[in-house]
Amino acid sequence: MHELGIVFHVMDTLDDVAKDNGLTQIQSVTLEIGEVSTVVGDYLIDCWQWAAKKRPLFENSKLLVQTLEAVTHCDGCGKDYGTVAHGRICPYCGSEKTWLIKGNELNIKEISAI
Amino acid sequence: MEKVKILEIKQSVFANNDAQAAALREELKSKGIYLLNLMSSPGSGKTTTLTQLIGTLKDELQIGVMEADIDSDVDAKTIAATGVKAIQLHTGGMCHLDAAMTRQGLEGLDPGELDLVILENVGNLVCPAEFDTGASSNCMILSVPEGHDKPLKYPLMFQVCDTVIINKMDVQPYFDFDLDKCTEYIHMRNPKARIFPISAKTGEGVDALAAWLKAEVITWKGEN
Repeated sequence: MHELGIVFHVMDTLDDVAKDNGLTQIQSVTLEIGEVSTVVGDYLIDCWQWAAKKRPLFENSKLLVQTLEAVTHCDGCGKDYGTVAHGRICPYCGSEKTWLIKGNELNIKEISAI
Repeated sequence: MEKVKILEIKQSVFANNDAQAAALREELKSKGIYLLNLMSSPGSGKTTTLTQLIGTLKDELQIGVMEADIDSDVDAKTIAATGVKAIQLHTGGMCHLDAAMTRQGLEGLDPGELDLVILENVGNLVCPAEFDTGASSNCMILSVPEGHDKPLKYPLMFQVCDTVIINKMDVQPYFDFDLDKCTEYIHMRNPKARIFPISAKTGEGVDALAAWLKAEVITWKGEN
């Protein structure tokens, strides 16, 4: 499970954050996930709920997921377009010389904790 | 009641792993150990290719192999039969290895005098591409029956690999596999990718692959 590995990485990172900031209980964690990051938000939440029970710092914590739109740039005509709707081929000029500007993110945005 | 704090983290989930991987790579470099991260789908012939490569290189380089799988030790046993140092890593259900697991594996292998360690990652074209293991180089095996369009379907894997081995060339006449198209698609994802068509079964192309790998190891050690 791809998502489980990601959950472990998020929790490991936040263990350090908690230590540095004297936090004892994390209540919620907000992740930003790009539309084409290959990570499925619902699976992440399922994995989170399972893993949180095993780590006191995260007990009863909630994972919140914010989706970031994916945008592709076309070198053929210079325009930007929505990646999910049109894929790799530019809807304006048909060029395949396109690259992803954003949408591949997987970031820990913020946490609330005591 | 204690006050709830909101902390902005603004950090990629992969940031810690990337930092651990960079540290491991530097450490391996200073010890003169070249770590090759070998990835592919299940059944592409990773273990057979490794057996061939080891046969060609084992008199010239000290080789160790780490086999990563969710379960079983069949691959490690096959590799151990070639006479090189081999260990099996179990990922405990996870679909990939990360830098911390790779470091743990290396400690288990005790690479001391080894020149080349090959990490046979979990058979999967998605997750292993996202986690930097700390390897000197990423390599993947695509086999003819999988089709020449895989670089289009799994772009990240082909983007992160410096080298692509195209295996099972001996069965190409039975499949609609177009090597030119495959090469074009791989270079769309990574223009610098080196491509080695081979047949691990017949041995075709293995010498060229072995010669490249040996040169890589020598360059890696020489840059110290």
